[in-house]
Amino acid sequence: MSKLFSNRTKEVFLGPLSKNNPITVQVLGICSALAVTAKLEPALVMGISVTIIVAFANVIISMLRKTIPNRIRIIVQLVVVAALVTVVSEILKAFAYDVSVQLSVYIGLIITNCILMGRLEAFAMSNKPWESFVDGLGNGLGYAWILIAVAFFRELLGSGTLLDFRIIPQAVYDHGYVNNGLMILPPMALILVACIIWVHRALNKDLQEKN
Amino acid sequence: MNTNKNSYTLIYAVVMVIIVALLLALISSGLKSKQTENVELDRKGQILSSLQINLAGENPAELYEKYIVKELVVNNKADIISEKKGDAFAIDVVKETSKKLEDRKLPVYVANVEGKTKYIIPLRGAGLWGPIWGYVALDEDKNTVFGTFFSHASETPGLGAEISTPIFQHEFVGKHILNDKQEFVSIAVMKVGQTTKTQDQVDGISGGTITSKGVEQMLLNSIGQYEAFLKR
Repeated sequence: MSKLFSNRTKEVFLGPLSKNNPITVQVLGICSALAVTAKLEPALVMGISVTIIVAFANVIISMLRKTIPNRIRIIVQLVVVAALVTVVSEILKAFAYDVSVQLSVYIGLIITNCILMGRLEAFAMSNKPWESFVDGLGNGLGYAWILIAVAFFRELLGSGTLLDFRIIPQAVYDHGYVNNGLMILPPMALILVACIIWVHRALNKDLQEKN
Repeated sequence: MNTNKNSYTLIYAVVMVIIVALLLALISSGLKSKQTENVELDRKGQILSSLQINLAGENPAELYEKYIVKELVVNNKADIISEKKGDAFAIDVVKETSKKLEDRKLPVYVANVEGKTKYIIPLRGAGLWGPIWGYVALDEDKNTVFGTFFSHASETPGLGAEISTPIFQHEFVGKHILNDKQEFVSIAVMKVGQTTKTQDQVDGISGGTITSKGVEQMLLNSIGQYEAFLKR
């Protein structure tokens, strides 16, 4: 086990969850983060899908890394990602049709999610499969938890539900409480992500730029 | 091994593409039946939505069996081509629209809601960005609207996409598609403030004018095909 979780692997896994988070620090994959977070369920599915895809794409590219011709390496990476995304999309269509309708184009757009190409090019091309797998998991989960955090607040305040279960009781509505319609609209995702980045930087002083 | 040679790069690319293509083809054909099942289930749900049935937590296939008592396939002269259950459901409405009006096979779903007969007619049309579709349920008199269901592929959220909300769909309830002389005139979707004397009207969506007009056209064209059937 010592080899499985050496300090370096731990660092590789935990980094993206906080100090090197793809969304809040590297600001990658923002587009889909804004689009699918109006409800918790699509955000969960999106987070899981991206985690699976980035982890396995990392492993495949890492295993192939010594054979990939340098001149077409980006194409090879794209083909691997596109194939995995297509597989996930087909599986969703077969087993979670409602969610796949909700996510519509965004599943396909995982292909262009900067996190994937970024990790493949920056990490998997020069690291062993196991580390690449852990790196993929870390980055995927780092992406997923931000999505889930944003979706949690947007669905709770925007619709009064979580995973479509009513959380805010009817009695509160009867006393004049109204859902915040702004939460459902895309700009609110941007503002919430910004709030998370703010809190995150306030907690991690070393992330703040020095002017 | 020199991985930078032209021949190596070429062979690598070819082999990679073949492997990936094979893999995807396998997965796609393996999941095909399950996916079609989902699409059909979704369509049954849409048909039932036009009857104002609450689908939450229910199996659309079971409700479909319960409410839809008959499926008819008619032509534009109101001759009944088929009454077998499943025939109407199997018709691809988009394909039929590209045929000549006389040759089209037009599906009608006959539902029984609390002892009353309702006729459901599928709708197909164009919105601003892409196709829009839906179902309209008519009362026994084949004139009064009992309920509607609209959906869309890519209308603007908050504007044109509002046609898929119950608020808009409920506006149509109780409107008539025939005028006093029993002529088919459909229902107008108009900007707030505009009025028409010749037909029933509903309010369109502010900021979604083209989609609203698309719904109006869709009702006119799709129901228009059934004119003979409706008057019989």
